[in-house]
Amino acid sequence: MSKFKSFLIRTLQLALVLWAVVTILFLMFRLMPGNPLAAYIDPTFTAEQQEALIRQFGLDQPLWRQYFTYLANLLQGELGYSFRYRTPVADRIWLLLPNTLILTFSSLIVAYAFGILAGAWLAWRRGTRTEAAALPVVLATRAMPEFWLGMVLLAIFSFSLGWFPAGGTRSAGTSYDSLWALYTSSNFLSHLFLPMMTLAIYSQGLPLLLMRSNMLDVMKEDFITMAKIKGLSPFAVVIRHGARNALLPVMTSFAISVGYQLQGNVVVESVFSWPGLGRELVNAVAASDYPLAQGAFLMIAVVVIAMNLLADLLYSILDPRISHA
Amino acid sequence: MPEAAVIRKPRVLSRVFSAVRLPVGDPFAVVGLVIYALFIVTALSAPLIAPYDPTEILYTENYDLASDLLPGEEGHVLGTTSLGRDIFSQIVWGARSALLVGLTAAFMVAFIGSIVGLLSGYFGGWVDALLMRLADVAFGIPFLPFVIVISAFSEPSIWNTVIAMALVLWRDTGRVIRSQVLSLRSRGYVEAARVSGSSDLKIILRHITPNILPLSFLYGSIAIGWAILTEASISFLGFGDPDAISWGFMLQDAFNSQALARQAYHWFIPPGLAIILVVSAGFFISRGYENLLFPKLGR
Repeated sequence: MSKFKSFLIRTLQLALVLWAVVTILFLMFRLMPGNPLAAYIDPTFTAEQQEALIRQFGLDQPLWRQYFTYLANLLQGELGYSFRYRTPVADRIWLLLPNTLILTFSSLIVAYAFGILAGAWLAWRRGTRTEAAALPVVLATRAMPEFWLGMVLLAIFSFSLGWFPAGGTRSAGTSYDSLWALYTSSNFLSHLFLPMMTLAIYSQGLPLLLMRSNMLDVMKEDFITMAKIKGLSPFAVVIRHGARNALLPVMTSFAISVGYQLQGNVVVESVFSWPGLGRELVNAVAASDYPLAQGAFLMIAVVVIAMNLLADLLYSILDPRISHA
Repeated sequence: MPEAAVIRKPRVLSRVFSAVRLPVGDPFAVVGLVIYALFIVTALSAPLIAPYDPTEILYTENYDLASDLLPGEEGHVLGTTSLGRDIFSQIVWGARSALLVGLTAAFMVAFIGSIVGLLSGYFGGWVDALLMRLADVAFGIPFLPFVIVISAFSEPSIWNTVIAMALVLWRDTGRVIRSQVLSLRSRGYVEAARVSGSSDLKIILRHITPNILPLSFLYGSIAIGWAILTEASISFLGFGDPDAISWGFMLQDAFNSQALARQAYHWFIPPGLAIILVVSAGFFISRGYENLLFPKLGR
């Protein structure tokens, strides 16, 4: 019961955080210098037309009123109209969200699968030359700008070798009966490969280093000594007794990684012209399409906050010693 | 009493200095320190090292635009950009932007984070509740999108980018320092100072702050790398300071000039390597520093 209660408190706290982020977002876009409709209003519009538009968007209202209208609209899932596309922002976001999620999750799954195995292996090879050589390389991958890694992969595997397409999600002029048919087509997958690898190479460092240090801790525990004394094979000791216990904290870090990855997506999607939320955010900001930029930002923030909550929850479930009381 | 004051001062100072001692025992950290030394020397003496002005449009001896020269051609070590600018000079000047961004952001992150952690941990109660909810909010803000929006909507300058980063990144430092202060607050010597009538301000400044400085320094050194990487992303996306030659700006220039399709590796590889070198040197130093501070974690 107390665990449920502490989880409830945490959920309420994060709901407050979401409200605070929404408010910051509102202020950020309203208090910036310049007319928010500048990109929308054609210079040839007459003064009356301009005023009609300002009224239509509710920008003649006092700030507090705009704020409550904005909150009320958000609660109904109403994100406004994009200046550029002249379509509801929500439609645009639901259209792009799957692309971003596919890129995020595929790259993280690859990164975690590799990172966990390599981390366990490096812990096992502790003190050897392999370990001494591998660690700086892993740290260097964490020091790479993701977009630069994307550029290098693009130049080598797309422009020089021609193995993969240079951008987008599919070749021009192709169409598929269903989304499922699209996402499983070799056309889509070959477009996915390079951006996915870019993000995976960047992200594998965290699970790898976590797994390695957890393994080193776990291998000092009494039950490992016990397993060795029982005469179990090194494989059984390392994998069945060591790795399984070292894995828990790595898995909780997955949720946090999703949040970080969404932010990294912003640049990588731009490099690969991947039509996702991040690239949309950048383009909307550059084109002063405020409603769309606001919507994309909010969507990313919602996922980040939800993942923080999920990480807290996983943490307290997997490790009963932790509580948030 | 005046004598005591005279003796005390150097002791506090020496504690501060020993707190920020450099991790020279760790081979990784030494490599990191050497790279940093080179980086700082390059940044400071950029006008002496760079053969050309990084924004100058150059011409060959035949008065043709010196654009897209390969490394070594016409004496350009790393060749030139499509606009006829010297790539090597841009790399050298880029070190200056990176150093500026990294150090100012790190200072602000360490400063704000330490103040928040000290107030939150020492006073507890509603101060703590308020500041930690603020930290929650900072954790809920998507970092890069936030910096993009602030950089794009404000006057394009390195400072606005740095301020936007500091507004979010203090969160980790603040939380860690808070928990450190919580444990320090209940130590005997702090208790003794309180009983003997020291004011809160005096306890914080004399007894607690010197003990959290190493942590501030550690988190500041981690923030250097984050700041350089973030500034590179912002410049790459085109929201950076148009007057500053940074490594991110060079990559944006190369990307938009189709350097990838033309396989002009000499143009976009060096800025990336420069970033990796400096940021991973920062990682090496902070790891060595961590081992020094928390020997138990050292491995």
